[in-house]
Amino acid sequence: MTVLLDEKTKVIVQGFTGKIGTFHAGEMMNYGTNLVGGVTPGKGGQEHLGKPVFNTVKEAVQEAGAEASIIFVPAAFAADSIMEAADAGIKYCVAISDGIPAQDMMTVKRYMYRYKKEERMVLTGPNCAGTISPGKAMLGIMPDHIYMEGNVGVVGRSGTLGYEAASQMKERGIGITTSVGIGGDPINGSSHRDILEHFENDPDTKAVMMIGEIGGPQEAEAAEYFKNHMTKPLVAYIAGLTAPKGRRMGHAGAIVSGVGESAAEKVALLEAAGVVVAPTPSDLGSTMEKVLKDL
Amino acid sequence: MDIHEYQAKELLTKFGVSIAPGGLAYSPEQAVYRAKEIGGNKWVVKAQIHSGARGKAGGVKVCTTEEEVLAAATEMLGKTLVTHQTGPQGKVVYRLYVEEGADIEREIYLALVLDRVKQRVAMVVSSEGGMDIEEVAEKNPEAIIRTEIEPQVGLTDFQAREIAFKLNLPTSLITQAVKTFKGAYRSFRELDATMVEINPLVVTADGHIRALDAKMAFDSNALFRRPQIAELRDKSQEDPRETAASDYGLSYVGLDGDIGCMINGAGLAMASLDMIKHKGGEPANFLDIGGGASPERVAKAFELVLADEGVKAFLVNIFAGINRCDWIAEGIVQAFKQVEVKVPLVVRLSGTNVEQGQKIIDESGLPIISAYTLAEAAEKAVEARNKAVGA
Repeated sequence: MTVLLDEKTKVIVQGFTGKIGTFHAGEMMNYGTNLVGGVTPGKGGQEHLGKPVFNTVKEAVQEAGAEASIIFVPAAFAADSIMEAADAGIKYCVAISDGIPAQDMMTVKRYMYRYKKEERMVLTGPNCAGTISPGKAMLGIMPDHIYMEGNVGVVGRSGTLGYEAASQMKERGIGITTSVGIGGDPINGSSHRDILEHFENDPDTKAVMMIGEIGGPQEAEAAEYFKNHMTKPLVAYIAGLTAPKGRRMGHAGAIVSGVGESAAEKVALLEAAGVVVAPTPSDLGSTMEKVLKDL
Repeated sequence: MDIHEYQAKELLTKFGVSIAPGGLAYSPEQAVYRAKEIGGNKWVVKAQIHSGARGKAGGVKVCTTEEEVLAAATEMLGKTLVTHQTGPQGKVVYRLYVEEGADIEREIYLALVLDRVKQRVAMVVSSEGGMDIEEVAEKNPEAIIRTEIEPQVGLTDFQAREIAFKLNLPTSLITQAVKTFKGAYRSFRELDATMVEINPLVVTADGHIRALDAKMAFDSNALFRRPQIAELRDKSQEDPRETAASDYGLSYVGLDGDIGCMINGAGLAMASLDMIKHKGGEPANFLDIGGGASPERVAKAFELVLADEGVKAFLVNIFAGINRCDWIAEGIVQAFKQVEVKVPLVVRLSGTNVEQGQKIIDESGLPIISAYTLAEAAEKAVEARNKAVGA
């Protein structure tokens, strides 16, 4: 089993006919993702990459049975696209778009609370590389060949550091059930903790790797969740040990602005909760290997 | 994006927050003119730099004569002020703000921040104005009043009143306080701020609530719809390397070490910096070239990193997803033609089209040190740096 996404999941692309949407839709179809169409307002009724284009997400849900969506819409309009997906009954949405204003994401989160928890769309991102269930389906922009099918769940803020983790594991013959990017923005759809819960409940996931970074409360929440609710081992790494306070390190959310937000403090919290923290970013694979051997 | 105190005050007044009469000055003479304009016999001359804690650095002077205003302004203009927020290089004072001196009865702390736990805006108020809020949080946490604001409703009258009563403000000031709190919140919400800090917000002897200092920062992702804010940007307050980088859509942060870095992706960039440190080196910068890096961008990034004369070795670490290693490799070869590379260069390529990329590097005949893993790359960069400085 995988979490959030498998080879049967019916996927649509929002921002389907644009240059970026077109390129990645092709890559995702090549990987085996069950792409059933896309949405570009005003181009409904056309065909693109051999799949139907719809004007609205609602039509894509009604006519093509869309269950999941990936968003490549420009940042200024992306919040609206996420809310459209939530309203249309999409179950899982990945927002790739980078540069969405923080207050727009605040509005998106409040909007989603209109729905009861069991009916609420799961959102990951924005500003992420997406989600991949190796060997089954990809809903993202990652280089798919570095991911191997297996039993480790991966959740991380960063795209390329997630690639680093996947390739270090593959070199050691360690595969992945699902790898989920939650993105580098201060307000995001799902937290580390939310994704850990999915992995904890997935029978095929034997261990989890979490790649965090400086800024925000989500690694601390994950430590708390691990301590109280998780039975599976968790390996973690926190990027930004050398980051100076008050400086934004690329990601909009990667800034140490208060107590508990530095890498050193997060590492201490995670270790106190019993999480195995990889000492350096080149030890992601080897640390996971050791943990799996002890299972 | 940060702005100056006087700009923040100007914005806040539009939302109903009161400030003292004051004016901007670019010369000592203009500062005196401003003081005359304001009238009275007490003025405060304040250096306008993008930093708090200016008082301790000599950037705030209370004056009671025009001669004192002239002297304070002469002293401050052109001076580099160093505070704990500016870093050791400090910030140069090009503008002064001259303000009417206030008779202060009480100082309050007021801030609005993005609460990342609750995913909404929170108002943080403390009866201990003038103090650093983190210090208050540590020593006297009961003094802090925290109010979460529902984004679709805004700060309500009752919430604002609750804060005012908790501060033990006299009944006569409640209306003014409510107006101030609600105005400060609206400025945050309507201008896409990420931070509003009024420290201190004062009660004057004649019964007015006024913002004595003000700091605002804005969401750079929202500047496209806030042109009036975008135009307040003052590049003289920024690290020139960071300004140049942002003009090319590159994300650069200057650091104190001597190993220059060019990496794709913020997380991998932070991790690579950590790895350099782990191997005993010190990074000179954070630089994320982002996805879809064209040869031109790579060349620009080279120029930026190598413009820093302190750089003794250069590490390039690319894990290509949307990027392709062959494009990056071509970019590096081109950059060698455009930029003089005087320091040892370590390149690690991984991901999409890595074989083609590595082939281009290997066959280029350029003095490039190749590495195949993150650890090896950092180790080789530190080694090259040590050799270069003769350590």
